[in-house]
Amino acid sequence: MEIVLVGLNHRTAPVEVRERVSFTVEQSRKAADELRSRGILAETLVLSTCNRSEIYGVPPESSHECAPGLSSFLSEFHAVRADVLSVSLYHHYDRAAVRHLFRVAAGLDSMLLGEAEILGQVREAYKFAHEYGATGPVLNRLFQGALEVGKRVRTETELGTRPMSVASAGVKLAERIFGKMNERSALVLGAGTISEQVVNQLRDRGIARLFIMNRSREGAEELAGRVGGKVVGWGEWDTALKLPDVVVTSVSAEEPVLRREILQAAMAARGNRALFLMDLGVPRNIEAAAADLYNVYVYNLDDLTEIVEQNRHARQSEVPKAETIVDEHVGKFLSWQASVELVGLVDALRSRLREERASFIRARMDTMNHLGAVERAQVESMMDELLEKLLVEPAERLRGEKELRRKIQNVEALRDLFLSNREKP
Amino acid sequence: MKDLFLILTIVAYAGSLTLYLRFLNTGKEITGRLGTVFLGLGLVAHYFALLERSRGMHTVPYHDVFGAMSLFGWLLALTYLGLELFHRQRSVGAFVLPFILVFFVAAHLAPADRLSPPPAKGIVFAFHVTLSILAYAAFALSFVFSLIFLAEERLLRSRRLGNVVWRLPPLELLERMSRSSVFVGLLSIAVGTVLGFVWVDRLHGQIWYYDPKYVVTLLVLVLYALYFHLARSATWRGARASKLCIFNFFVVVMSFTVVNLYLSQSHRYF
Repeated sequence: MEIVLVGLNHRTAPVEVRERVSFTVEQSRKAADELRSRGILAETLVLSTCNRSEIYGVPPESSHECAPGLSSFLSEFHAVRADVLSVSLYHHYDRAAVRHLFRVAAGLDSMLLGEAEILGQVREAYKFAHEYGATGPVLNRLFQGALEVGKRVRTETELGTRPMSVASAGVKLAERIFGKMNERSALVLGAGTISEQVVNQLRDRGIARLFIMNRSREGAEELAGRVGGKVVGWGEWDTALKLPDVVVTSVSAEEPVLRREILQAAMAARGNRALFLMDLGVPRNIEAAAADLYNVYVYNLDDLTEIVEQNRHARQSEVPKAETIVDEHVGKFLSWQASVELVGLVDALRSRLREERASFIRARMDTMNHLGAVERAQVESMMDELLEKLLVEPAERLRGEKELRRKIQNVEALRDLFLSNREKP
Repeated sequence: MKDLFLILTIVAYAGSLTLYLRFLNTGKEITGRLGTVFLGLGLVAHYFALLERSRGMHTVPYHDVFGAMSLFGWLLALTYLGLELFHRQRSVGAFVLPFILVFFVAAHLAPADRLSPPPAKGIVFAFHVTLSILAYAAFALSFVFSLIFLAEERLLRSRRLGNVVWRLPPLELLERMSRSSVFVGLLSIAVGTVLGFVWVDRLHGQIWYYDPKYVVTLLVLVLYALYFHLARSATWRGARASKLCIFNFFVVVMSFTVVNLYLSQSHRYF
């Protein structure tokens, strides 16, 4: 009942390799079928995201032997040369595989520490594999444990709570002033990549109305066409600044575009309703003196970068807490796994002793012709009773005592000791 | 079992405070909800504790300064719970609960002021006092909201964002909560004052006799009405209105202390 993991991620493989080894849902199902039919894995689950492709499995035989088979399968399935793939692949077994998955679900192995999307991706991957019947008792238990870890890390630590990009930090700060964005409007100055990132963040947070202003009207219309929004003519400050609650500037200009006088006039026109300004331009697009205006909140690129940096430190400081949760659940899973294996071992031992008893009696009874059928049956029954007596107490204790299961670290050694021909339960 | 409700109230309020603090720190929704549940339980236990105290002294809760304080704490909790549910915002609970707890503990652990039982003053008088104390409780809440507003605004302007700032209510919501609270206070003090005049009329056969408390109450009413109006005006909205609200509450505290204790003839504890 070993667990094997073969995969690659953003740390081990460049994007060119990752995109070739990714799986669609259909491909995941096909891979599970093939791995089962070839006898490589009895249970399979494929986790494929833009940053990782991993196959978790329970092989019918020892996992240490099936890992090379899995690597070859991946190479063949995606038509990627084995030597190209081998430098990017990692293999984990049992405890290491369990720990790896739990860390993935917790967001500890993500490119952006603590990101939330991965938990949803793990959930989806498990759902598809479970519905298809590709998983079994071991992977079901393993992935349910992973989802629990992910949930606990997100509720009990602050690993994923703080914004980690300049754009998201800016939008979250605006929410500190206005609350939810779904009744708010924003004006975006500039139509470049940075503006688009902020617009996407604002859209994600449900911004109600979006206005786009750019020196080149075509650029503004193009961005408005892509993300939705209304184009406002360049320099029409009186109308453009009257309505929005959030203003984002990312314009290439030597001099500040929004000068103090412009904003002062705008604040008077809007009845001093609070105005949040995100200045992402370098050189700055908003005159520094504007930050003193009443009910005006200005954050420039440095301010936001500093906040992101503070948040990065805060997230890092949450890692030990998250690792503790991961370790706790790894222990729980291994204890469950050991209990299943140990009970299986006792059952296998019982069958083995019965066989031994049968051949032993056959050999001894041949020389005891004076015993009748009834006496022979009585002797067999007494020996059965003795064997049961010897086995039943340890079996009951293994089922009932968690601490005892924890103490028995190496089930393989016990199996080797008592089942010399390595008979598997 | 004599102090059962006293103990239950302290446990419930302390539990609520702990849960609200935890909610502020971790942002876990379930702890915030449990904080609200404990506050509700505290309100029920506090009600019975007030009842028990009044029965023991054969008088109304506001007969002495400690009873008035306890009633103030209860109305503060009630008003806060109402505002929390109305605005769906729990993160200020951690700042309000200490006041409620302090008022309750101070009121109930203090020795009872065993003066002669007051004459029965009727339902009009009871409403006059209760509504006045409710108004003070609502003004105290707006004071707390305004303080949080100013602190959060300062943090946002200084760019020194700690852990807590991400958990506090948005500035505009704090403004709305403060205004709602002042609205409750204004309504209560207006009706309470009218009822006071009605009661005086019944007692003395005349609607007016001079008491410095009238002047201060009128001043409080005018100041809060001014705040309620200015808080939405172009010049005052935001930090300036919050500062006015804080100033107003100092007038309320003066009315509660100096005016009641040294100047007023008929308003001792409310």
